[in-house]
Amino acid sequence: MKFRGKIVDIGCIHHFTRVIGTLSKLIKSCVLRITPGNWYFILAEKLANGGIQIWCELPQGHFFDEYAMEGVSKEANEIYLEVAPDNIPTLSSHSRTVVHDVPVSVIPRRLWEDYEEPELPHFDVSIAMPQMKLLKNMIDKMKNLSNHMVLSANQNGEMKLSVETDMAAVSTHFRDLINPSTLDQVPSSHDSSPERVKDPTEFSKARIDIRKFAQFLSGQLVNPTKVICNIVHNKVVHFLLLNEDVSLQYFMPVVAS
Amino acid sequence: MALSTQQPENDDRYVLLAKIDNARNVSNILKAIHFKESATVFASSMGFKVTVEDSKCVQANAFIQEALFHEFVMKEDQITFKINLTVLLECLTIFGGTPGESTSLKMCYAGYGCPLILVLEEDGVLTDCSIKTLEPDEILDFNFCSTNVINKIIMKSECLKEAFSELDMSSDILQFLMSPDSPHFRLSTFGNAGSTHSDFPKESDMMESFQCTQTQTNRYKISLLKPSVKALSLSTRVSIRTDNRGFLSLQFMIKNEDGQVCFVEFYCAPDEDVDEGPEP
Repeated sequence: MKFRGKIVDIGCIHHFTRVIGTLSKLIKSCVLRITPGNWYFILAEKLANGGIQIWCELPQGHFFDEYAMEGVSKEANEIYLEVAPDNIPTLSSHSRTVVHDVPVSVIPRRLWEDYEEPELPHFDVSIAMPQMKLLKNMIDKMKNLSNHMVLSANQNGEMKLSVETDMAAVSTHFRDLINPSTLDQVPSSHDSSPERVKDPTEFSKARIDIRKFAQFLSGQLVNPTKVICNIVHNKVVHFLLLNEDVSLQYFMPVVAS
Repeated sequence: MALSTQQPENDDRYVLLAKIDNARNVSNILKAIHFKESATVFASSMGFKVTVEDSKCVQANAFIQEALFHEFVMKEDQITFKINLTVLLECLTIFGGTPGESTSLKMCYAGYGCPLILVLEEDGVLTDCSIKTLEPDEILDFNFCSTNVINKIIMKSECLKEAFSELDMSSDILQFLMSPDSPHFRLSTFGNAGSTHSDFPKESDMMESFQCTQTQTNRYKISLLKPSVKALSLSTRVSIRTDNRGFLSLQFMIKNEDGQVCFVEFYCAPDEDVDEGPEP
């Protein structure tokens, strides 16, 4: 089991640094899966610990100038390592040679199946997120009012963020957002079931942990070109961040009221 | 009681309705008195008076006069309720205040027991808030009358800001000396590292009006006066008055983003444990 990679281009190094920066804001430790084609950063929290799942995909060809790997075996030409994104060395602006030893632990093959790409459910709503900066401000205020919030949206370009406590009820309405068609939203779509006929103004809701949502919003160093929010009514919220070559999926399960 | 954020069918059912183009003109002035969680709101045809008190010794009033609003409708002579000021401020500033963008605000109240409704809008995004109103507490009457005022100074806030921001917080008290004779106006603290005195002679450029009739030395708990720093820092001018009982009144003149003038006032009772304090 070996891996050797080299990133030379300064643009690629910056880009790589930003991706790692985003990840380290979101998670302390994750699984790095190395395949001949891609790097994946994977988090699969147990439901009891919050159930957050992250799936971040980097095509190696867009970053590495030299890339050589040898997996566990010929048939399973992959490497799974547990790593803390914080420990991964990032940009040094001077030309010098620095050697970093990053502690990792190898994940045995029998546990690989815990880190499979999460299956995408059939989403009730798919909608482009409003401006992230405004959203971040708003969630930071709502965070001071309550621990939970309800995120709801419909196929008519509307999104609502609501908190309710015994002291106050606050609800923000966004209009004129874009509902991407289900086809171009999912990188590896295995959802071919025909679209259910549904009233586009009907809202699908998810009650989520505000702190986790705020953390997700504040981690966005990648400056995504597109952020899509998908909701399965009362089940899960799925965010998809696209930035040219990198995609990051973030699954947030609903919290019971 | 379940709170809901449903859009009202019409505005007729409200006994109070106020609209303003820039919500910051309300939130900034409320921030100046935000040193306790709850506030009592008094509304009349003149506008709002919002009161915050601490320890039965200090009271802050923010005046948001009717003229600041582009629409202000009152159907009752006086409306009073208590509200959680922290929650109110989080709601008023929910859009975060992007420079150059202003948030419009509509405030409505349907009467006793009803929530205060806020409708904020910025750039097509709408936020509805419904904040529970509570039974008002009895508020203190400091009985501070202008006829009993002994000493009065009006000065530019600038120099006082500096003095207040550098207050020695290891001192329990802040002493005000006001006198027709030199040093005219002196602020003193008595802390662990020694005493400090800041003098403001009446000839100073900072003095706009100096009407002191007799020498008075009064002490106030520094912890009670410290919250007035917020109002002071926003203000351009301050009026400092003491009455025959040694009560202190600080009135701050605050100019908002649209150049309109608002007032915030603080009343503070003198510290009674004069004997236990160190000698000046």
